[in-house]
Amino acid sequence: MSFSWARVGAIVRKELRDYRRNRFVVLTMSFLPLIFIVAPVIQLFTIKVAIASTKFDDRIGLALLYMLILPAIIPSVLSAYSVVGEREQGTLEPVLTTPIHSEEFLVGKALAALLPTLAVAYVIFGIFLGAIAAFAHPAVASAIFERNHLLVQLLFTPLVAGWSIWAGIAISTRMSDVRAAQQLAVLASLPPVAIVALMNFNVITASLGLALGLAGALLLIDGMAWRFVAAMFDRERLVTGTRS
Amino acid sequence: MTSEPDGSHPRSSNDRASPDSALVVDHLTKRFGERVAYEDVSFEVGYGEVFGFLGPNGAGKTTTVRTLGTLIAPTSGSAIVAGIPLSAESGPAIRARISIMPESPGLYNRLTVAENLECFAGLYELRDVRNRIDRVLKAVNLADRANDLCGSLSKGLRQRVALARALLSDPEVMFLDEPTSGLDPVATRDVHDLLISLRERGVTIFLTTHRLEEAERLCHRVAILNTTLRLIGRPDDLREQLFSRSLEVRTRSQLDEPSRVFNGLANVEGWEQSASGSYVLNVTDPDAAAPGVARALVGANADILSIAPSQHSLEDVYLELVDEDVEVKQR
Repeated sequence: MSFSWARVGAIVRKELRDYRRNRFVVLTMSFLPLIFIVAPVIQLFTIKVAIASTKFDDRIGLALLYMLILPAIIPSVLSAYSVVGEREQGTLEPVLTTPIHSEEFLVGKALAALLPTLAVAYVIFGIFLGAIAAFAHPAVASAIFERNHLLVQLLFTPLVAGWSIWAGIAISTRMSDVRAAQQLAVLASLPPVAIVALMNFNVITASLGLALGLAGALLLIDGMAWRFVAAMFDRERLVTGTRS
Repeated sequence: MTSEPDGSHPRSSNDRASPDSALVVDHLTKRFGERVAYEDVSFEVGYGEVFGFLGPNGAGKTTTVRTLGTLIAPTSGSAIVAGIPLSAESGPAIRARISIMPESPGLYNRLTVAENLECFAGLYELRDVRNRIDRVLKAVNLADRANDLCGSLSKGLRQRVALARALLSDPEVMFLDEPTSGLDPVATRDVHDLLISLRERGVTIFLTTHRLEEAERLCHRVAILNTTLRLIGRPDDLREQLFSRSLEVRTRSQLDEPSRVFNGLANVEGWEQSASGSYVLNVTDPDAAAPGVARALVGANADILSIAPSQHSLEDVYLELVDEDVEVKQR
């Protein structure tokens, strides 16, 4: 039996319905982004354009970094719940008794975490850009709308989310407690954010080539992580708690 | 290893391999490290059969179901499930032909009944999903609860939803793991009625339970597992196989000299007095022995209340075997 997108779709639809009716998820999706938009906007509105250029760049970089923490944090919490949460609720075994392949189950879980994350992250970034264009000092707006910064944000949002999702799912397949899985997953989501932070703070000079190179590397890691997590996905251990 | 009277593996003559077998299990064993979940289990289940898998807690029933459902790999032995040999690669193909209802319903509580079923219809890649959902909900008498959140349902209703989910894909074999566990008598009766209707429709059901009256009522054949398979057969056959045939004699008052009455009678091999005061006679054939016993009692001026074949329930068979295992372990 080959890979079925219909089965992936069934998992995605179920997850999205479940998110919508889960107060914890709705609150996280609603309030967390507010924090990540208010802080950088205040920071950029209060920036003094006359300060030294390195400090100015740092403030711009910090503001943009907030935008990339969001796609790292949101899916890490969702994906950390994905397997161990179902196991705790007793819903995992019935799903595993269907013809679904491990890869299909994992891709479904990953897409279900990715879609709302991208929606929230891009909407928040759009609002942020709108606020900057309308109300910030022209020098600040000009720095934010610099091509490389926009490229980094647009390109790295799904890639950073992808990393967080696979790290979260990998942790979720191995943990037996949801809270511990979520805490670990948040920590595991940070390394790519650190790299992007170095670019935003101009520690690494952001160039189109570098951005594409790093994006390619993250894409490769995300792709390989899928296979790696699928190999870690041990039905017997998940059902019985005992290694096969 | 076995409690078959002839000491052979517990596999009766009508258990031979056949193309009509929904399940063929051959010397299957599962160990978790040093711990044996079940060992050397062999049996067959025919299409359209309701097969009861009995055993105390920890006997290996659920592990057997999980193995046949390709959730866990056997340590040794082989099996054919719905016509497909059990292997690491055949998991999805086998799971497409069977359904498993675990002991816990495992429903998504924030989704409605229909949404739960829709999700599983997608996982089985079924067509005509709406009609299928309507049909299975009607089958479990839940047509009017399709839009209720599963989290708002009682345990009995959730169990029915789980049963509807197991029916959704028209499986060749249904594995039901303790389907009435934790249900009240009314909910249990409802599930039993559903299973009887499935049996009448010819659905193959592998039913694990430790409720003996459930197995006796629902199953064509039963197997008793206590890590190893102890017995397999029709409930009536098991009773005959395990207990010698006997007549129970009840008299108004105790006999003065029962040995003088019963010893030496034709077809009577021995007797004992039960705790209730009746006399239990081991006989070769109850029908042949009864007239002679009646004449002997009349000759002894006994006031006869009844002479009837002793009744043994499946529970007697089960307890006899489990007690036997406990005694063996204590030795």
